[in-house]
Amino acid sequence: MIEFQLDTASGIATYLQLVQQVRQALQLGILEPGDQLPTAQQVVAKLAINPNTVLKAYRDLEREGLVRPRPGQGTFIVGTLPRSDPAVQERFLASMTAWLRKAHTAGLGPDDIEAIYRTAVRNSFAEGAA
Amino acid sequence: MTAVIETNDLGKQYGRKWALRDCTLSIPEGKVVGLVGPNGAGKTTLLSLAVGLLTPTCGSITVLAGRPGDGPAQLEKVGFVAQDTPAYAGLSVGKHLLMGGYLNANWDQELAERRIDQLGLDLRQKAGSLSGGQRAQLALTMAIAKQPELLLLDEPVASLDPLARREFLQGLMEIVASHGVSVVLSSHLIADLERVCDFLVLLVASQVKLAGEITALLATHHRLSGPRRDPRSLPSSQEVIEESHTDKQSTFLVRTDQPILDPAWTVRPVTLDELVLAYMGQARNPSPGRRSALGVVS
Repeated sequence: MIEFQLDTASGIATYLQLVQQVRQALQLGILEPGDQLPTAQQVVAKLAINPNTVLKAYRDLEREGLVRPRPGQGTFIVGTLPRSDPAVQERFLASMTAWLRKAHTAGLGPDDIEAIYRTAVRNSFAEGAA
Repeated sequence: MTAVIETNDLGKQYGRKWALRDCTLSIPEGKVVGLVGPNGAGKTTLLSLAVGLLTPTCGSITVLAGRPGDGPAQLEKVGFVAQDTPAYAGLSVGKHLLMGGYLNANWDQELAERRIDQLGLDLRQKAGSLSGGQRAQLALTMAIAKQPELLLLDEPVASLDPLARREFLQGLMEIVASHGVSVVLSSHLIADLERVCDFLVLLVASQVKLAGEITALLATHHRLSGPRRDPRSLPSSQEVIEESHTDKQSTFLVRTDQPILDPAWTVRPVTLDELVLAYMGQARNPSPGRRSALGVVS
């Protein structure tokens, strides 16, 4: 069983925070197939959030094939997420470092780079959501 | 989806002053509704009309397909916790539950006792000696043990400390999860509402300024900032709710269903807090955004 936390200052929608925490727990191996998620009632009793928010998060996870509700019992993990390959991480870190070096040579400061990164993340999220 | 509260041109007048007017609303079933607005905006009036403690001056209100306060069957369906979560100071907690049992046909004594036990309250304790948070929990227990379909709460957490407030809302959300009851609660604490509510009704100066699903409201409002711009040059699909200008820069809060295509803008999502404040501010300075607003504001 995992316990959800809420970061109200993050600006990330509450249901998305719940989804991300389950995904993260799967990636880290904290949750495995067969494990039960807290019931909506347990989550709202702890976090004081709307039950529909929890149900929405669980529906999203179900759509991804990661969890399945068992009537009368609760919601259980059925899927796994590949743990990211260290070699792949290494490769992207290298290309990111090269990119940063180029940006620096082009005269961009940390603030510019931060702004570019945020815009890129937002744009790619917007595409994903559309 | 069926409506738990439906109003049509509802109005309530005290002498010459309107406490609520032109109120047309439809609140769907199964929601937790946040009722917000400045003091004196008509929140308590609207709730009292829904309970049947007040009768409308004009227009109509339907609650769970019935007329508010119309006989025992209608009263059974609605639970109400008035402002400051009142209790009878001289009666013990246990006597409160006993009274609830006498007065309500569907009273669930087991549920009431279980909640009181969970809260760590003593059945023999007089309500007058309870803390504010405990009294609020007692009032909520009374309202929920009658097993209503709709729960109306008038600023239930206003006078509570942060911990008691959190505990109250935790209890309320647990009840929503287990009983599927619809809830309307008024509050000034937008951060709380953002957690617990999925529907918002904003009253300003006796009128409904905004009503809808919170996710939809947040998805259709955006903060735009960019080079100085006349609001009249914005596309007609973008309604300006709030604007401010410096000599070089303009910032707008707009409502639109359309994507924002103009590359000159930096687009930011809005928080519920910003949204509520913008609509309240709009009511205070009724200079409509479409009018020339090139006077420098800040």
